[in-house]
Amino acid sequence: MFKKLSIAAIAALALSSGAFAAGGGDQHIENIDFSFDGPFGKFDQNQLQRGLQVYTEVCSACHGLKYVPLRTLSEEGGPHLPEDQVRAYASENFEVYDEALEDTRPATPVDHFPENNGAGAPDLSMMAKARAGFHGPYGLGINQFLFGMGGPDYIASLLTGYTGEEKEEAGVTLYENTAFPGGWISMAPPLYGEDVDFNDGHANDLEHISEDVSAFLMWTAEPKMMARKQAGFVSVFFLTILSVLLYLTNKKIWAPIKGKGRKES
Amino acid sequence: MAGIPHDHYEPKTGGEKWVHSRLPIVGLLYDTIMLPTPKNLNWMWIWGIILTFCLALQIVTGIILAMHYTPHVDLAFASVEHIMRNVNGGHMLRYLHMNGASLFFIAVYAHIFRGLYYGSYKAPREITWIIGMLIFVLMMGAGFMGYVLPWGQMSFWGATVITGLFGAIPFIGEPIQTLLLGGPAVDNATLNRFFSLHYLLPFVIAGLVIVHIWAFHTTGNNNPTGVEVRRTSKADAEKDTLPFWPYFVIKDLFALAVILAVFFAVVGFMPNYLGHPDNYIEANALVTPAHIVPEWYFLPFYAILRAFTSEVWIVIFFEFITGGIIDAKFFGVLAMFGAIIVMALAPWLDTSSVRSGRYRPMFKWWFWILVVDFIVLMWLGAMPAEEPYATFSLIASAYWFGYFLVILPLLGVIEKPLPQPATIEADFAAHYGKPNSAPAE
Repeated sequence: MFKKLSIAAIAALALSSGAFAAGGGDQHIENIDFSFDGPFGKFDQNQLQRGLQVYTEVCSACHGLKYVPLRTLSEEGGPHLPEDQVRAYASENFEVYDEALEDTRPATPVDHFPENNGAGAPDLSMMAKARAGFHGPYGLGINQFLFGMGGPDYIASLLTGYTGEEKEEAGVTLYENTAFPGGWISMAPPLYGEDVDFNDGHANDLEHISEDVSAFLMWTAEPKMMARKQAGFVSVFFLTILSVLLYLTNKKIWAPIKGKGRKES
Repeated sequence: MAGIPHDHYEPKTGGEKWVHSRLPIVGLLYDTIMLPTPKNLNWMWIWGIILTFCLALQIVTGIILAMHYTPHVDLAFASVEHIMRNVNGGHMLRYLHMNGASLFFIAVYAHIFRGLYYGSYKAPREITWIIGMLIFVLMMGAGFMGYVLPWGQMSFWGATVITGLFGAIPFIGEPIQTLLLGGPAVDNATLNRFFSLHYLLPFVIAGLVIVHIWAFHTTGNNNPTGVEVRRTSKADAEKDTLPFWPYFVIKDLFALAVILAVFFAVVGFMPNYLGHPDNYIEANALVTPAHIVPEWYFLPFYAILRAFTSEVWIVIFFEFITGGIIDAKFFGVLAMFGAIIVMALAPWLDTSSVRSGRYRPMFKWWFWILVVDFIVLMWLGAMPAEEPYATFSLIASAYWFGYFLVILPLLGVIEKPLPQPATIEADFAAHYGKPNSAPAE
């Protein structure tokens, strides 16, 4: 009888969570098949490096990544750049203010990516978790389990979602975008395709670079994703074995008490 | 302490006797772990262990998180990111703590509805029930304040909305609200006192859990038949019960392992499923989120809070006869707390002499409607405050109160219960047959 209750409770979770998805209005968000979707999904190291390049050459002009330490670029489960490359990347691209020097100096791996809100642009560190895509964080849990949070899908859809229409409102130019809530966004189209050239000659059309930078932003938002999934897998694996052992133990100790009667409870 | 008759701890060696005559702690532990437990308990009796585990998990992960967290409005959000990025295993600790709260509430709701169905709240277990309700309320307080600590947008605006409820209390509301917030609005003082209380409450809960366990170890567990264990002699009691160790410890641990496998799958593969994306945006007093939604486990009570708007006749009536002291806002607050109070009063509202819902043919229906009602309220709490949800909320809230205030008292009078088994032993034998070997006398 109480099985019903458990099912009802799960249904309740599904229902109550599913309800939020309605908030999005008529946004159009494309489900993108990222390499890191699903319980076994992994970041594609090359894609993260390409995404870093797109961020550095385009996005960083207006957007900061203030919660992300530069040294994490060399971490496994991320772009995994060699440490000397990270040192060179930091000093070539960013300057930080040093209180001890009372002056700016080139950034080093111990610094974070600089804050940048000059144009009123939001920080991108956690953007991939701060925006609900079409299948998450809300929606039926199954979708999020299989296809990820939906945040990077949202970002990629936004970057490719410009229609080309513009309008002026209170002195601000707004651009029509099919992924943005409300349909009009104040960010001018940042990418057009072929904005960057990749060393390895990887495709640099709009779709590809949008996906690359979205994947990179998923990493900045969730740098420990691969470690977490591995911990999850190991935990579930051992807990399943433990469950089987406890099931058998339980069966054995109850056997003399229960006799050979019916099993229904 | 009048418990079920059973063997007690006897110190044997000189050392044991020496300790026992000074501090009978081994005896206390022995009696606790060897408690005679009705042998027909079903799988709905596992939630107590799950809840105890949750409390321990939240305290252990919470203490470590507190070592790295900074309760200051300028630093709190960044310190959580520091935990997520720089602290060894910090991302797992935080996700365990975050999702541990959800597991805690799933378990407590299952535990409460178990009690409601099998009449576990009825005499002589009223104190167990009341303590349980107190624990539930403290859990809600701890959960709410914990959600404020990361200092995201939902933290800030959730705190603003919920503390605003206290401001709705006539005359004393505003001073109470100011005391809660430590000032006129949610700010650094609020964050500091919430952190302090969030650290305190779990230990208060732990104390109450001990009292909760003490109370039901005195009365004995309820069981699916609602028929009491025979206490006429130790031999009779042993026909109805089995010692908690090993029979129920192993059974409960098995259930715990299965539930933890699911829990770790959620933590490992979709840890943000039950969270809100807005909480990854730092709190900003100048930007209000489009929808302020509490965590899922508050939604049923949030729906009741919002159901009583100024257009509802009963609200208009009360506002009129109290000369405006009870306005719509205060009425909603009363309804929300009242929803928990009527549940706490169930032992005195239920007039039936039969304990278990298994033998109450009419009660069963009303009970399952209550379960559905709870789920519907949870769904409504997440919907915007507009039609048709407002009307649905009102109907669902009315059923919640109707169940406890009207249906439970009436059913005891009009319902004709089914025959109950004479003993737990008889019920157990009917399900599983006679034991292969008679227990040692």
